[in-house]
Amino acid sequence: MGMAALGNRLYTGESSFDFVGRRKLWFLIAAAFVALSAVLLVKPGLNFGIEFEGGSQFRVTGSSDQQAAREAVESVLPGTVPEVTQVGTNGVRVQTETVSTAELDRVRQELATALDVPLEDVTSSTVGPSWGQDVTNQALLALVIFFVLVSVVMALYFRTWTMALASMVALVHDLVITAGVYALIGFEVTPASVIGFLTILGYSLYDTVVVFDKVRENTAEAFVKRNRTFAQAANLAVNQTVVRSVNTTVVALLPVAAILFIGDLLLGAGTLRDISLALFVGTIVGAYSSIFVATPLLVVLRSREPRVRALDAAVRERGGAGQAEAAPAGATAAGTSAGGTTGGAA
Amino acid sequence: MSNDRPPRVRRGAPIRRPHPGRTLVLLAVLVALLFGAVGAGSIWGAARWSPGLALDLEGGTQVVLTPRAVDGGEVDTEQVQRAANIIRQRVDATGVSEAQVQVQGGENITVSIPGRATREQLDLIARSAQLRMRPVIYAEPVAQSMEPEPTAVPEEGATPTDGTTPTDGATATDATTPTPTPTPTQSADGAAAPAALQQATTAPAEPVAPAEPAPTPPSLTELATPRPTPGPGQPSEAPTPAPTDASDDAWLSSPGLVEVFQALDCTDPAQRAGGLVGDPDLPLVTCDVEGTEKYVLGPAVIEGTQLTDATAAQARNDQGYATGGWAVQLSFDSSGNAEFQELTARISQLSDPKNRFAAVLDGLVVTAPVVSQTIAGNPEITGNFTQASAEALAQQLKFGALPLSFEVQTEEQISATLGEDQLRNGLIAGLVGLLLVVAYSVLQYRALAVVTIGSLALAALLTYGVILLLSWLQGFRLSLAGVAGLIVAVGITADSFIIFFERVRDEIRDGRVLSSAVEAGWHRARRTILVSDAVSLLSAVVLFVLAVGNVRGFAYTLGITTLIDLLVVVLFTHPVVALLARTKFFGGGHKLSGFDPEHLGSTVARHALHHGAHRPTVAERRAAERARAAQDDGTGAAADGGADDEAARTGGAGAASDRSDA
Repeated sequence: MGMAALGNRLYTGESSFDFVGRRKLWFLIAAAFVALSAVLLVKPGLNFGIEFEGGSQFRVTGSSDQQAAREAVESVLPGTVPEVTQVGTNGVRVQTETVSTAELDRVRQELATALDVPLEDVTSSTVGPSWGQDVTNQALLALVIFFVLVSVVMALYFRTWTMALASMVALVHDLVITAGVYALIGFEVTPASVIGFLTILGYSLYDTVVVFDKVRENTAEAFVKRNRTFAQAANLAVNQTVVRSVNTTVVALLPVAAILFIGDLLLGAGTLRDISLALFVGTIVGAYSSIFVATPLLVVLRSREPRVRALDAAVRERGGAGQAEAAPAGATAAGTSAGGTTGGAA
Repeated sequence: MSNDRPPRVRRGAPIRRPHPGRTLVLLAVLVALLFGAVGAGSIWGAARWSPGLALDLEGGTQVVLTPRAVDGGEVDTEQVQRAANIIRQRVDATGVSEAQVQVQGGENITVSIPGRATREQLDLIARSAQLRMRPVIYAEPVAQSMEPEPTAVPEEGATPTDGTTPTDGATATDATTPTPTPTPTQSADGAAAPAALQQATTAPAEPVAPAEPAPTPPSLTELATPRPTPGPGQPSEAPTPAPTDASDDAWLSSPGLVEVFQALDCTDPAQRAGGLVGDPDLPLVTCDVEGTEKYVLGPAVIEGTQLTDATAAQARNDQGYATGGWAVQLSFDSSGNAEFQELTARISQLSDPKNRFAAVLDGLVVTAPVVSQTIAGNPEITGNFTQASAEALAQQLKFGALPLSFEVQTEEQISATLGEDQLRNGLIAGLVGLLLVVAYSVLQYRALAVVTIGSLALAALLTYGVILLLSWLQGFRLSLAGVAGLIVAVGITADSFIIFFERVRDEIRDGRVLSSAVEAGWHRARRTILVSDAVSLLSAVVLFVLAVGNVRGFAYTLGITTLIDLLVVVLFTHPVVALLARTKFFGGGHKLSGFDPEHLGSTVARHALHHGAHRPTVAERRAAERARAAQDDGTGAAADGGADDEAARTGGAGAASDRSDA
């Protein structure tokens, strides 16, 4: 059982990854990804679905004859260029500009006749042009309110604004990169994707909270025992929780992956795929950021506090901790056993 | 390893002995209550054993409407709520069963109609709604009605003339003939109006009105009225000898009026669907909202916009004492006041039913009180009101202040076949996800995965129960996004177990014996689980309150499952692990238990191995423990008692471990 064994070594500090010490590298990577995502969001930009742009969409279940579908739509709406795609194993989706309700009914009827399916199997939806703006505004409002409330909760729980700030930065990082992935691949952004994006908020924070809880515990101990610098204590916390993070992430991803692949293979575009895609990307980025962005950032934020400086100075003076900040990866076994026996690290 | 207990736990001193048995009994009671409630509901109420499905799974039509003020003003939440009530009335009247009308995000109204909806129904739902006040020209009680209509009387400082039905007693005799044919009778005071109507009926001025077959709506009504189906309607134009005032009988000879009147069947709920805005300058033939009375109303005298407020209040008599009844007080703006005074001055002189005026909302009469005197100030409508009915009427009248039109934001017709497909595949995805989580759990936690599986199964059971309960009590419908929320929740629920298990492992790595590790690990994991669940719940609530459409279904199930996760971890996972820790298999740290101290590299074990290169004995482990306790600085010493205690227990575990390994 590799994970448990690795967990043991990471827990005791026998092995250690230098998450905090190499923070400049991680920040650089994070900044690069965020910048890249920002560029992607401008060009090519996000591919918004009809719910945001306005338009009409028809979906036929039980036939995948794209040509017939195109002709049927063009016969009712001459001059339009319908966008016809196959969805799932046995379905066609046609998107057009917003059509009137009367035309909507005729297109449905025509599609049912042309593709030889019952009228009930033709799903239609039409979205007015201003709806997308409404949805977007509501989602943005939800986002802002969520950020404010969560910042308050985190600041109260951890009793320091630094943790709230660090987790919010990590959250923005996750959202921007997830959106960047959407722009890069050109996935359609639908209300269901927005659900996915917003859920990432909760999930990414979940991961960060788990790591920060351990950071809080370890640094509290370090302040009392003065055996580690703040950075070392934080780094140990990340190492101690990394197995947990991997486990929780894998377990959270498994059902999401199941929806994603089954949704994509069997159903094609739709609510399930859209939600799970955003979640899939967001969960991975979220797990990454709580380790590589949130915690190192927290160390940076707090390193200016007099109390933390005093601790770091005291530890350096004792010399026991050796390497001034978090010990380099190679020398960790020695570096983190400063507290005495290996048990000290526990 | 006492030295790394955080101060909180150390101060928490002796960890309380848990009573896992009791907790589990509590849980069993909760589950029994939940399903008992659903069971009772299914026998005596409308509860079912399968959850209600939303339209995207069941198939149907969904329309999202945004109310907009006709004059471009702001629409507040209260107005949206009132508009939703009007839409609900329209939808209910179309006879669509189980249609749902909800306000979402504070400004949108979502109408969900299962099954197929006709274009007429959809157009009706989206029509704009207005309140107007029109004088009554002719009124006829509808026969089938058993409930007395709370006919109201506007009074200003006068005693409420509160009769059971102070409408024309003469026409009440018509109750024996439940046909839509107007049967005017010689009522003592209302002779003129029915006579005019009768005259119009028997000697039609219109070219297209032969003798009417009484009970069936004549198909030629469409010639006289633009409406394709029978229902409230208006004549196509005003009568040629222009009527003198809004109550003039001459209105009755408007072309097509009689046909509309005859075709209108107030007992048919479908004809009371509302949605008729109409021309304020033409008379209106309509029913009251309840379908108890049929009217011919004159042109509109007062527009709803002239009404500034309507409130329910305790009715008072002349002396100002509360009569115990309820009344609705109206306030008009200055032009409304003047017009109302003029109206009451004129019609209070007329005989019944022309001394009544009707408040028409959305094409239907919400109230038609009798006016007995000129009213100069703010009128008060009295009658057989209860507090609730007075408030309901006040709400309806208040709507009038801001006429709304409805903008159709989205309209979706969802095929039931597609919904079935989606649901089936969603469930397959959920099952696959569940199996993957279980498999991963077994890989990581060996026999302990039994607890994970049990907890997940319990969480699934509770979730199902809660969804049934909410379907029944709250009209909750499971949507595809909701299903996605449930599936995603599998992972999030399992995460809490992982946090707990990993914490327990940490404690074992520190050398605790399992039963003590479970409690110590739980104390720490609980904090983490609580705060992370709080964050999840927060995001669910924010999403639910603010978001529209699909997002709500997802947020709702995510919120429910977060709470259930918390419940399961506290009431099931923890006590069960605590119980299992007492068994030889787990407590002894069997290799496959997932809590094998040696495998987890308990520092005690490793320390001893390091020195002796043989299996550590109990004594050696104790010695190692003491040695390390001694090495600790002051803080360690403070916890020495605890350390000894732990060391002793650790020793016990070691022994057990040795036995099971042997």
